Amino acid sequence: MDIMEKESIFSPRNLKLLTEPLGKNNPITVQVLGICSALAVTVKLKPALVMSLSVIIVTGMSNLVIAAFRKYIPETIRIIVQLVVIATLVILVDQFLKAYVFDVSKQLSVFVGLIITNCIIMGRLEAFAMANKPWPSFLDGIGNGAGYGLILVVVAFFRELLGSGTVYGYPVLEKLGLFKTGYENNGMVILPPMALIFVGLIIWFQRSRDKSLVEKN
Amino acid sequence: MNSLRKTLDKLKPHFSKGGRFSKLQSVFDGMESFMFVPDKVTFSGSHIRDYTDLKRTMTIVIIALLPALLFGSYNTGLQHFRSVGIESGIFQSFGYGFLRILPFIIVSYLVGLGIEFIAAQIRGHEINEGYLVTGLLIPLIMPIDVPLWMLALAVAFAVILGKEVFGGTGMNTFNPALLARAFVFFSYPGWMTGDTVWTAGLTAGKNIADGFSGATPLSLCVTGEISRLPSFMEMFVGTIPGSFGETSVIAILIGAAVLIATGVGSWKIMAGVFGGGLAMGLLLNAISANEYMHLPFYYQFVMGGFAFGAVFMATDPVTAAQTEKGKWIYGFLIGVLSILIRVLNPAYPEGVMLAILLMNVFAPLIDYFVIQSSINRRLKRVKVEIKTSVK
Repeated sequence: MDIMEKESIFSPRNLKLLTEPLGKNNPITVQVLGICSALAVTVKLKPALVMSLSVIIVTGMSNLVIAAFRKYIPETIRIIVQLVVIATLVILVDQFLKAYVFDVSKQLSVFVGLIITNCIIMGRLEAFAMANKPWPSFLDGIGNGAGYGLILVVVAFFRELLGSGTVYGYPVLEKLGLFKTGYENNGMVILPPMALIFVGLIIWFQRSRDKSLVEKN
Repeated sequence: MNSLRKTLDKLKPHFSKGGRFSKLQSVFDGMESFMFVPDKVTFSGSHIRDYTDLKRTMTIVIIALLPALLFGSYNTGLQHFRSVGIESGIFQSFGYGFLRILPFIIVSYLVGLGIEFIAAQIRGHEINEGYLVTGLLIPLIMPIDVPLWMLALAVAFAVILGKEVFGGTGMNTFNPALLARAFVFFSYPGWMTGDTVWTAGLTAGKNIADGFSGATPLSLCVTGEISRLPSFMEMFVGTIPGSFGETSVIAILIGAAVLIATGVGSWKIMAGVFGGGLAMGLLLNAISANEYMHLPFYYQFVMGGFAFGAVFMATDPVTAAQTEKGKWIYGFLIGVLSILIRVLNPAYPEGVMLAILLMNVFAPLIDYFVIQSSINRRLKRVKVEIKTSVK
């Protein structure tokens, strides 16, 4: 028995795998991965939440599976093996969504299928799961999925609030009586470019709070 | 004036480094150089500092904009009284229009300059006057009925995300005034398109005179009612509905003369835009597939914001191409794209804004190729000389 296996399952090192992607090493705002789907599914909060959960499940499970098999996967065909695992999980998630939340599944349309091409998942498999034990890999996958989901939900919250005047489908601004004062929903927030601007603003905010993220040039 | 100078001199030490209000130095500096030409001199090298700083340059553009502002005031009143069917004199129209534009100008400057002051304080920069012109341009290119809070939001968007994030005046990729307009255009299309937004008070729709539609020449063209177009002279003088400052080509041409005479605006870009518009107009005339394309090309110059964009927007020295040959290409492509979008894309009756914003993106690329081609040409010459000398 080596020392590593005696490590408790929620040791500080393992917890760090879980929490770091939420902030300091966020896949979207720091590594700038998975931007494409962040633009597409953040018009409303509900699809963004469902999408986040799907990605969390796929990253966590695929990391777990690949880490478990990592010693038996031939180096030369590892990408294909990884893709098979990811694709299987994505199809499972897709079928699950179709069965239980059909309306959201329709809204997300191709973007659930496109989780396969999400750079975060492949990136974590290559960078982490291929070289680590299953449990830390699982935590790393959950952490990165959650980091992705966090940004998605924040962006979707503001886009839905400013673009449609609702939060999770509930007409907040109308209940507040804001429309009577002449306020209007902002049509540009619903357009995809605005998601990019929101992500940019989050990056700006994060970097102005954590100076260690700013590159020295 | 002397007493003002003395007061400023007395106050100056307090705002300099180590003084009581040293944090507000940039504010003081901004105020001082607004009233007096800066007294800064160079201390090393063989340089001479011209007293014509950015502030003076901007002031000239403001002067060039005045004819459009004054005529816009008159025309806004004229259109309003026409829409309710009241005969009005020149002064009555002018007064009404001026009172309508005044809140726009105040809000635009308050929000824009406020953000610039704050940004300058945070960064410890001098306050630069980049906003002086933008602040007047924005009211001039808005429909007069846009609510003031939308204007404030658009200005904040343009100044913060269009300018300050890139590093402030002189660093922006896009023309901030057009960015503000694009913001309203895409965010609140109901206030920027259609027939009722261009005439003051028409959106409320009270006591509208019979037969008054408020449609601009461009929207008449898009809907295929070309026979109802105002005459060429009317559009040239500018007594037509439209954005505040864009309608009168005469007023804009006076501004263009001021800009060209003082060397502040590049005549090459202006000529380029009109050249591009001319080429595209002639091409469409030659195709003549529908009634709009059949419209004589010179009508394109007097409709919508073509002239205004060419003179005041495309010539923005920060976002335009910098090389002399590049200015021609940049202007020409703006002209071509404006007419192209206008005539062939019914979703955007006016293409000037989008054309200029698009070309803003390409301006550095144009400069790059112009410089590269010049380098290559010279290199070739060197090679030829070497060959001949070997022989």
